[in-house]
Amino acid sequence: MTTLTDPPKESFRLSMLINDTRYRSLTFQAIAAVLLALAIWYLGNNLIQNLRAAGLNISLTFLGDPAGYDINQRLVEYDSQSTHARAALVGILNTLLVAFLACITATVFGVIAGVLRLSNNWLVSKLMAFYVEIFRNIPVLIWIIIIFTIMTAALPGPRAFRGDNATSSMLFDLFAFTNRGIYIPRPVFESGFFAATSLNWVLVLAVLAGSWFATRRVNAAATAKQELTGQRPNTLWTVLAIWFVPFAALMFLMGLTFDVPALKGFNFAGGIKIGGPLIALWFALSIYTGAFIAENVRAGIQAVSKGQTEAASALGLRPNRVMNLVVLPQALRVIIPPLISQYLNITKNSSLAIAVGYADITATLGGITLNQTGRAIECVLLLMLFYLTASLLISMAMNVYNASVKLKER
Amino acid sequence: MADTQNNSVAFVATEVIPESPPPARETGVVKWMRENLFSSIPNGILTILSLYVIYLVLAAILPWIFNGVWTTSSLAECREVLQGKTGACFSVLTERWNQLIYGFKYPVEEYWRPNLAFVLLLVAIAPVLFFDLPRKLLMFTAVYPFVAFWLIWGGTIMAPIVAFLGVAAGGIVFQKFGKSTFAVGFFGGILAAFVVWAIGGALIPEGASENALLPAVPSRDLGGFMLNLMLGVTCVSLSIPLGIALALGRQSDMPLIKGICVVFIEFVRGVPLITLLFVASVMLAYFFPPDSTVDLFLRVVIMITMFSAAYIAEVIRGGLAALPKGQYEAADSLGLDYPQAMRLIILPQALKISIPGIVNVAVGLFKDTTLVSVISMFDLVGMIRGPVLASTEWNGVYWELLGFAAFLFFVVCYGISQYSQWLERRLATGHK
Amino acid sequence: MKKSVVFGALTVAGLAAGAAAAGTLDDVKARGKLNCGVTTGLVGFAAPDANGEWKGFDVGVCRAVAGAVLGDPTAVEFVPTTGKTRFTALASGEIDMLARNTTWTFSRDVDLKFTFVGVNYYDGQGFMVPKELGVSSAKELDGATVCIQTGTTTELNLADFFRSNNISYEPVPIETNAEAQQQYLAGACDVYTTDASGLAATRATFEDPSAHVLLPEIISKEPLGPLVRHGDDNWGDVVRWSLNALITAEELGVTSANIAEMAAGTNNPEVNRLLGSEGTLGEMLGLSADWAKNAIMAGGNYGELFEGNIGEATPIGLARGLNAQWTDGGLIYSPPFR
Repeated sequence: MTTLTDPPKESFRLSMLINDTRYRSLTFQAIAAVLLALAIWYLGNNLIQNLRAAGLNISLTFLGDPAGYDINQRLVEYDSQSTHARAALVGILNTLLVAFLACITATVFGVIAGVLRLSNNWLVSKLMAFYVEIFRNIPVLIWIIIIFTIMTAALPGPRAFRGDNATSSMLFDLFAFTNRGIYIPRPVFESGFFAATSLNWVLVLAVLAGSWFATRRVNAAATAKQELTGQRPNTLWTVLAIWFVPFAALMFLMGLTFDVPALKGFNFAGGIKIGGPLIALWFALSIYTGAFIAENVRAGIQAVSKGQTEAASALGLRPNRVMNLVVLPQALRVIIPPLISQYLNITKNSSLAIAVGYADITATLGGITLNQTGRAIECVLLLMLFYLTASLLISMAMNVYNASVKLKER
Repeated sequence: MADTQNNSVAFVATEVIPESPPPARETGVVKWMRENLFSSIPNGILTILSLYVIYLVLAAILPWIFNGVWTTSSLAECREVLQGKTGACFSVLTERWNQLIYGFKYPVEEYWRPNLAFVLLLVAIAPVLFFDLPRKLLMFTAVYPFVAFWLIWGGTIMAPIVAFLGVAAGGIVFQKFGKSTFAVGFFGGILAAFVVWAIGGALIPEGASENALLPAVPSRDLGGFMLNLMLGVTCVSLSIPLGIALALGRQSDMPLIKGICVVFIEFVRGVPLITLLFVASVMLAYFFPPDSTVDLFLRVVIMITMFSAAYIAEVIRGGLAALPKGQYEAADSLGLDYPQAMRLIILPQALKISIPGIVNVAVGLFKDTTLVSVISMFDLVGMIRGPVLASTEWNGVYWELLGFAAFLFFVVCYGISQYSQWLERRLATGHK
Repeated sequence: MKKSVVFGALTVAGLAAGAAAAGTLDDVKARGKLNCGVTTGLVGFAAPDANGEWKGFDVGVCRAVAGAVLGDPTAVEFVPTTGKTRFTALASGEIDMLARNTTWTFSRDVDLKFTFVGVNYYDGQGFMVPKELGVSSAKELDGATVCIQTGTTTELNLADFFRSNNISYEPVPIETNAEAQQQYLAGACDVYTTDASGLAATRATFEDPSAHVLLPEIISKEPLGPLVRHGDDNWGDVVRWSLNALITAEELGVTSANIAEMAAGTNNPEVNRLLGSEGTLGEMLGLSADWAKNAIMAGGNYGELFEGNIGEATPIGLARGLNAQWTDGGLIYSPPFR
């Protein structure tokens, strides 16, 4: 009888670290870890020595000091006595505001241009191709400066509205387009009926929700009738009335009036002002990114197989319904991933606000605060932290959305 | 009997009626217009609207261009010549041409150097862009960076020679050992290069740059459109190898290496380039050894290279993912190890697919080089916003200068993107 | 010089420079060049001209220091800096001194660890408005839109002024003078504010300068002067006394025209001490005996620099005002050379 013996135990040799695939990856990772640690130690050590030599330190306490400067565009309460941290918050909100607005309009521009570029109208498609090429091939910084300059040069200043022979006048006496910004009427609630402001909001929401449910009921009824008789009753007017009448009644009860902008002193006073820098940056980012989105949209539409279009046409759908009901929903799946990266680009490009004097985070924290406190390292690190967080959050949110519209394969 | 038949049946035509021309609305221009411009009422409206927009734009721009003044020496003089008429003062371009192209500091008598470097760049880049050219030209491409460096910066010729020898030594070592064990060849090559650089650096005397054949030009004196081109070319070419390494690292199954690459790529892609440039201009100086300063140009090149490497890595990752799994398995079954499989099978195919994407990144990066104007470098936009507009003569000339900058960038970027499309078509046929 | 291998290669390539920590003065002498930080372009103070030569009042100070230290006023490397990068550039040793119309404030001196060696221009923040607005005082500017050129302490002064006078305004901060000016001329702002000297310089380039007025209020004190790093007192002394030499030269009537003759020796012992024909002031600073002579020869004395770059004969047309010698009722005053 032979007894089973274990195979001879392989002794560990040093050369196995390189030659044996089981250990090789460990070796490489160990080398990488050591190199990484060395690099961090080297840079950190240099930093510490440099700071010590210059007598500086790293601390974030300056964020609690009064900022001392004013910001013209602010979504939260802020004045020159507020802290640098508050100024940074104002900047963050402004960045998010312009990025949000630009994402929406860029999508609109992009979809229109992308669809029109495939139009069978030769002139329109060439014009759109021209738009796409000219915006894609010139740096966004140049576009921002050009559009800002055009805006201030083309729109009239408030002075043009003054006097008996004013060269400019307000649109419908409600809107004023000046090179400092656009002034629109602001709704004011005189609160004739209800005093508590929070209650007002609840009421508004309640009425809107009621209208929404009513609309659904009407539509459901219309669909039921359609299935029964094949004729869909026209619900447009009913729906409009359901939305409009209760809301108008509520507004009347709450004493809605409009605060119309009017010339007062140097500027228009009253109303809501949408500042010139915001408009310039918003428009420049939208039209620039719109050109990229147009290309994505075009690629997406062309990716939908021609059979789909032909099948839809064979069913008797009109061209615009073919586009809306058949092509675009399918193209969307191709379009959305690059669209996400365009949204990220808008957020990142909004940092060029610095060129038009829009108070985004780069202009407040990374601009005036850095200038005045001289705390370069802290400011730049915080700035990068913000953009990193924003980018990661946006791509996370959009990936969730992307997953939800993805083709459900079973 | 055919004759009689012909004559007898009166109602049969005996000769072929000549082809009459199609109705006017179905031929030539009219037909084309009916089909392409006025096929339906909405289309007609769109056409007319487009024509109106084109008219508005041209009516505003054409008189301005054609009335342009090219020969005055200041804005005031130009306004005098125009006497209130619409017209451009293009004379700012002729008068400040050198400054806009080369920056305000580059010595005038040395302009031939960047010009020559630019021409050589076209020669060096041609074999990379067009596969039909003889492969031997790639030799020149390999030498080009060192020639260009010497031409533009000048100074002692020893510096680029030592740099080249270092790279060459590294390459030789890699060729020798890389065939058997990739890691040994790779690290040995790097080591060899550093050894050569260290020895060479010690051999070059301190004041070697003083009386060199080409006078040294400090990189602070570079500027204008030349700076944009240099930053674009340098950073793109440096970032391609780095991008490949990052892309491979991200696909690696070693968790630590993968982790480092993912963190790096996501970090760089998550922040705007301008913050990285702030790092270069206000922070990076603190991370170098205390008793040394590094040129702003070099700092900017480091940051932009990192930036574009992260984007290129993502493009290449896409290329790697697009390869069928069979390619990887085939390489494995042939008994190739990882470096061989990558070098011989995977990368050549993946890179080929990625080229259009890489070109897009390159165009984007080239456009983004204008951002350096924000950190006090005088590139084209920086020259315009800084010295030219600040000067007493040309204070207030915006459109001509901005239009010129836009035009230059458009020409270059449109050219590159047309190339990319051509390449895409060519590569597409290769796969069918 | 302690350098790593890579740094050695980079230094040879001219892309990096190792600077010994011994002292800035020795570094500058060893390098043979003075690295001087200036603005990216403000006509009159520091701006490259059509030939790419830096010209201006701040540039003159740099050249004087280069003259004093190296004997060659052209041995200056001008490093353009923005409001953001200037302090890092100085702190990290990229530049040896900063002459970039920088206001001397407490926090910059104490918190950021810089030494302001003197004042070469007493400025103050002013306002410019179009004449047709009919405004005669800054206190009438309630509700106005104000274009600000960012960079110095402008934003802070403006906020303080309007706050203390209890009037409202809308700030529009713009990075470069050229763009701020375009906004102002297009009527996107009612008022343009920056240092009074900058306003005068800007107005001088307008198509019709007489259509714009500078308001009488000067709302801040802006002593602009060159600065160096904390801790290198020798170097601080060199820059300080180079500036003082320019000022004293004007006070004593030493100009670039008569300096050659006066350097040979005069009856005025202070002139002799200044120009090195008597005493050992240069040696004490670690410079040559004729250091002050070289500094003055670089571009003339303080008055000549002023008149040549920003004075009334130039397009900028600034009056001496506060920047007259103390003997003429101004604030320019140098400690004695003794």
